[in-house]
Amino acid sequence: MDLKDVKHLAMLARLDLPEEEEEALLADLTSILGYINQINEVNVDLAENTAGPLHNVMRDDVVTTITGSYTEVLLASAPESKDGFVKVKKIL
Amino acid sequence: MIDIKKLTIESAHEALKKGDFSVRDLCEACLSNIKEHNERLNVFREVFGDVLAQADAAQARFADGSAVLLTGIPIAIKDNILIEGRKAGAASKILENYTAAYDATVIAKLKARGAIFIGRTNMDEFAMGSSTENSAYGPTRNPHDETRVPGGTSGGSAAAVAAGMAICALGSDTGGSIRQPAAFCGVVGMKPTYDTVSRYGLIADTSSFDQIGPIAKTIRDAEIVLEAISGKDPMDGTSSEPRKPSLEKKSKYRIGIPKNFMTGEGIDAELLKNFNDTIEKLKSAGHEVLDITVPLLEHSLAVYYILQPAEVSSNLTRFDGVRYGLRADGSTVNEVYMKTRGQGFGREVRRRILLGTYVLSHGYYDAYYRKASTLRTEIGKNFAKAFDVGAGGVDIILTPTTPTPAFKIGEKTKDPVSMYLEDIFTVPLNIAEIPGISMPCGVTSENLPLGLQLIGAKGSDSLLIDAGKEFERVLQ
Repeated sequence: MDLKDVKHLAMLARLDLPEEEEEALLADLTSILGYINQINEVNVDLAENTAGPLHNVMRDDVVTTITGSYTEVLLASAPESKDGFVKVKKIL
Repeated sequence: MIDIKKLTIESAHEALKKGDFSVRDLCEACLSNIKEHNERLNVFREVFGDVLAQADAAQARFADGSAVLLTGIPIAIKDNILIEGRKAGAASKILENYTAAYDATVIAKLKARGAIFIGRTNMDEFAMGSSTENSAYGPTRNPHDETRVPGGTSGGSAAAVAAGMAICALGSDTGGSIRQPAAFCGVVGMKPTYDTVSRYGLIADTSSFDQIGPIAKTIRDAEIVLEAISGKDPMDGTSSEPRKPSLEKKSKYRIGIPKNFMTGEGIDAELLKNFNDTIEKLKSAGHEVLDITVPLLEHSLAVYYILQPAEVSSNLTRFDGVRYGLRADGSTVNEVYMKTRGQGFGREVRRRILLGTYVLSHGYYDAYYRKASTLRTEIGKNFAKAFDVGAGGVDIILTPTTPTPAFKIGEKTKDPVSMYLEDIFTVPLNIAEIPGISMPCGVTSENLPLGLQLIGAKGSDSLLIDAGKEFERVLQ
């Protein structure tokens, strides 16, 4: 991993990094990868990676609340809203 | 004045029923301890303004006879559990001023029982850390030694119980976040089996590891809180119906000690001696103790620090400055995302998001994420074998909860790996989805509390609680 990777990962994760922090993060990540790389020494068949005893949990596709009953309280959490919608910057 | 540090849920309940003191008196005693110590210890992010009104409502239930064990009991709530109409922020700037729109299922269950919410407790930001130093609002201090950390991430909740600011507390545990602070603060903390408690209304850290659980002074208190909050919830598809406790009560337990897992560097010598002495006491009390090996256990921490950042990098994408919390200004929507997340997330959270993005990225996925999730399955199977009593397995596995007693504030913040190693004994349980309890087992020569970790098979929560009560009796 190098500084270019750190910048690229930050872009992928939509994370603005202060430039002075990039070097320190690179050092941290390198040291963490040094520790977790120990799993490379373990032999295990990756085909064994099955979902296991998991099962889907479904519910009936029916409306359980009154339409609009949470609109106000949920919009109140948004930094900006207008006419019952969350407002964002122009996308196109 | 009521001494909160000496009260259990049942002794408080009896006193309330007899009228020895009122719910108001009980709450005022907690508030008085908060007033005296919170400024220095930084345990609470917020003490709720309506505690006495809550107390009066609970008192009415004693008058009309509808009071249950938790009615009127002051409980501290970790800052990542939602209470409708109150602020919740996971100790992050990105959620500053966020007000919860609904009750977490655990909160609804406690409300139905008339419990008192005394305040929301400090934690590591988004429940990532081992010391509560990653809070955006400053570290919490350990009530036993104010120069030391209380553990984390539920450090505020554990410190609140230890300092008599609440009778019990809720925490959440992703890799040890209930058990490790319980050990550092000299109290009991339990992470139940993965499917026991609904996470609806818990701000997600790592969804395949997260569990809510109790922090209390005794195993019985933890049991009372756990019974109240567990159960199947249609809002959390991973939750299950409560398991029936086994009717056959054991009086002697078959205990396994994974010796080879406890020989590494970094394990405090005094702590290890305390652990070995504890085992001797349990042997003398007639419990059978065996050395066992759980293959691959030693790789749990590496597996954890791949899977945890991977899930977090995905879970935290919802914090984008659009629907809630902080929004930084920018000229394009992308710039708003970048700036909001850059300013809103603290250093450790940024580190884990980048690490998670890395281990999930094309070209590294097989080597990291896939390998780690395969190992996760294998570690789970190896634990199941160790607990297969029919094939000579054990009832319980014991380890120390932590490799060291509470460390100094600032001691490990410069080196993330040294901080991560604090979780070495606790993370395997989250990986294997199995239950664990940390209970006090003495102090060091410097009077720092030490924790004993009880580990059980998946779903053996009630056996673990019974064993904990027996060990409390032996070790007192």
